[in-house]
Amino acid sequence: MTKAINDFVIRFANVNGSGSASANFLFTKAIFRMGIPVTPKNIFPSNIQGLPTWYEVRVSAKGYLGRREGIDFIVAVNPQSMLADVKSLRSGGYFLYDSTKTLDPNLVREDINYIGIPLMEMSNNAFTDARQRQLFKNIIYVGALSALLAVEFSVLEELLAEQFKGKEKLIPANIKALKLGVDYVHKNFSYPLPLHLERLNLTSGKIMIDGNTACGLGALYAGATVASWYPITPSTSVIEAFTNYAQKYRTDSNSGNNKVAVVQAEDELAAIGMVIGASWNGARAFTATSGPGLSLMNEFLGLAYFAEIPVVLIDVQRAGPSTGMPTRTQQSDVLEAAYASHGDTKQIMLFPSTPKECFEMTATAFDLAEQLQTPVIVLTDLDLGMNDHISDALVWDDNRKYNRGKVLSASDLEKIEKFGRYLDVDNDGITYRTYPGTHPSKGSYFTRGTSRDEYAIYTEDSAAYQRNMDRLTKKWETTKKLVPAPEINTGKNKIGILFFGTSLYAAHEALDILQRNEIILDAIRIKSFPFNNQVKEFIEQHDLIFVVEQNRDAQLKSLLLIEMGINPNKLVSVLNYDGMPITADKIAGEISTVIKHSTISLSTAN
Amino acid sequence: MTYIKPKFRHPNLTKNKLGYTIDYYEGALSTLCAGCGHDSISAAIIQACYDLCIEPHRLAKLSGIGCSSKTPTYFLSNSHGFNSVHGRMPSVATGANLANKDLIYFGVSGDGDSASIGMGQFVHAVRRNVNMVYIVMNNGCYGLTKGQDSATADNGSISKAGSLNQFEAIDMAAMALELGSDFVAQSFSGDKEQLVPLIKAAINHKGFALINVISPCVTFNNNVGSTKSYDYVRQHVEATATIDFVPEMKEIKTSYKEGSVKKISMHDGSKISLEKLAPNWNPQNRQSALQAIHHARESGNILTGLLYINEDTIDLHRLIKTVEEPLNQLIESHLCPGNKVLQSINAEFY
Repeated sequence: MTKAINDFVIRFANVNGSGSASANFLFTKAIFRMGIPVTPKNIFPSNIQGLPTWYEVRVSAKGYLGRREGIDFIVAVNPQSMLADVKSLRSGGYFLYDSTKTLDPNLVREDINYIGIPLMEMSNNAFTDARQRQLFKNIIYVGALSALLAVEFSVLEELLAEQFKGKEKLIPANIKALKLGVDYVHKNFSYPLPLHLERLNLTSGKIMIDGNTACGLGALYAGATVASWYPITPSTSVIEAFTNYAQKYRTDSNSGNNKVAVVQAEDELAAIGMVIGASWNGARAFTATSGPGLSLMNEFLGLAYFAEIPVVLIDVQRAGPSTGMPTRTQQSDVLEAAYASHGDTKQIMLFPSTPKECFEMTATAFDLAEQLQTPVIVLTDLDLGMNDHISDALVWDDNRKYNRGKVLSASDLEKIEKFGRYLDVDNDGITYRTYPGTHPSKGSYFTRGTSRDEYAIYTEDSAAYQRNMDRLTKKWETTKKLVPAPEINTGKNKIGILFFGTSLYAAHEALDILQRNEIILDAIRIKSFPFNNQVKEFIEQHDLIFVVEQNRDAQLKSLLLIEMGINPNKLVSVLNYDGMPITADKIAGEISTVIKHSTISLSTAN
Repeated sequence: MTYIKPKFRHPNLTKNKLGYTIDYYEGALSTLCAGCGHDSISAAIIQACYDLCIEPHRLAKLSGIGCSSKTPTYFLSNSHGFNSVHGRMPSVATGANLANKDLIYFGVSGDGDSASIGMGQFVHAVRRNVNMVYIVMNNGCYGLTKGQDSATADNGSISKAGSLNQFEAIDMAAMALELGSDFVAQSFSGDKEQLVPLIKAAINHKGFALINVISPCVTFNNNVGSTKSYDYVRQHVEATATIDFVPEMKEIKTSYKEGSVKKISMHDGSKISLEKLAPNWNPQNRQSALQAIHHARESGNILTGLLYINEDTIDLHRLIKTVEEPLNQLIESHLCPGNKVLQSINAEFY
């Protein structure tokens, strides 16, 4: 195989529940610590123990953090998937297997390199406890990889020391297992392989974190005091992270009591119901879910839209419909979220692409929800939520003040002759609200999902109903000025690419691939719905726009067409919906093909 | 019939300790059918709040969907109200309660709202012991959609259209007892003397308090053969004990003879007095309460009164150990750990 330094894909084929996750993470983290851009993807089954699971690590000196097709190295320690694993390897690639048992002749390919290491035998000889034997088998292969791929041993030691801080007696056995792997490679193979790592300085100041943890932290920093949720993959760890950090940073030092209430609900209906009740009563509240939960929350989202109650909802999308592929990624809740609930409804959506944006947009969601008195849905996905990503470090501006929106205090109410909960005083569609318990005789009103007049009095009068719906439209127009603007990169090109969320990583790489083939595109990354004017302008300025999304039905494209009256021929979809994160090759390949057959010239004359 | 509520009140209406006359506790004019049991319950709620000298703005009234859920408009117009979605009042009330534990939460629901579509939310609000009053205005039928049987309609009951209900009824009180509710009462909308003290006691209870009120539907379930008609209920009511609720602030001497009155002290010092009409009635025994309900049902009777109370109840806030200050009053400085802490959190991920 040709030399490949800091540029390869290695895949670990493990059995779910065998303790491989922490060993594989140790390997990835070591590469990150060596200053080399690296991105891991968990490809795991909806299962707790026994089924095949893969962990794919891409190393890229150029900083490409999307998934790449083609596997250069496989650590195959799962007999169940070994045949498929052998087949998936690139010609000239490396196949590391446990040689405790002889390799099945069916697994032999002439065009790949085999690295047999008797992992189980070594582990059994070195350790007595059955569980340890299983766990350290994983650490032994990390040791072997450190020699084969030139992972700095001191970095591994440093990471183990951090991991077992306070439990130092566990360190020597881990070091012993690592060294077993190293020594075996030193004795039996030439090392390092042509494909290996060399220290860089490209990750300093960065962190490696998953999007769900960042969302949980965003809610903590935004001052969420009520979280209600129902467990569902892949969103569960949002609330788990929030809860863990809240235990640390939201405990009253005097009483030991909590400045937060986290309630595991009986279902997603109750989860969002509690959020609505708490928000109505003046607490910042949120929930997290995934597709099936979003479906269940639809009725309540309509109430919150119509009764104008803030809601923050983190939707970590997975592959649907129905139960779909619960442990695979997709961006397929876009339309459902945008128009969630019966009747005329429109919901605000935010689309983070990185963990840092997960943190920031979750915090922003609380401000927007209270400012606009309506639900804000943060749409991430399994890839962003559950995989570790290299990200800029999180920052909080200590001068930042929570924007609690238009809320009247008792003294405000004293100055008002007659309070109208749905009276558009400022002519921006956003009305004033009061929390229960504010004033003895002013400010009370009745919240309901049925039609009402400006003073919250129940009415079935057509004119009053329509006035209210029109005011909500006006509020929607105000929303466009407040939601995050898109990220735009324009030159003088006539063709553009539009993407959102986790497609960012592959799209950036695809733009470079295309540029090498002399196809240069302008780019826009959508960060929110409703689409603001910059989105409209970008589309107007280009003849053809490729819309990249990770769903079958081109949901974002549909939304662009519905909301902005664009000529449908202008938008060409690039779709990925196999449940795996989209790759740059896929995007670049499809775009090249279309452009080859297109009559549109690539750039303007000047 | 007029839809404008007359503003005229007797000039000499007595004021409560807060200086409010009873009309201060009223709401908009009811749009329910004339003679609806629910209106009597609204009147009892108004009376109880007036008697207890509650500041209306310190009480939040919540409901789901249905005839019963319309009633919060008809009492306490100076309170915030929330008419949520069908069967989901318990979760909204739970969230509201989490946000501010200092208000009184008054949930109103019906048998369709709580025993069918909202059954899941009802049982979990009981389990969580949300500090709230939960009144089920139970008429055994869906009034607003014109008289279909509900899940609390008794097996063998005949609807107005003449059809026989062949399904077992869900007993809200028995279920709440099974689920560990520490305050379970049952009453009849036509018995204001029993209902008002029950509501007062429920408001003072520091946890989930269920009052299942049989409230006949005059339009769709008041026919011969119905087990929730006025006539049937009046003939089959079986009271556990005569209840009186005495708030701490104006304790009066009872005239009951020793031995026949049981007093239960609530944590704020107020007292519930029970005159023991039924032999050996002890409202502090969950088992006997359950037995009594089953017994009454076998005889075709409806057991009313305070069936069970445990005044040492521990509500949701105490269970999850929230701080004394209501969560909705915490500000940035209480809630946001700041950038310095964030940088130390970042360090976990280097």
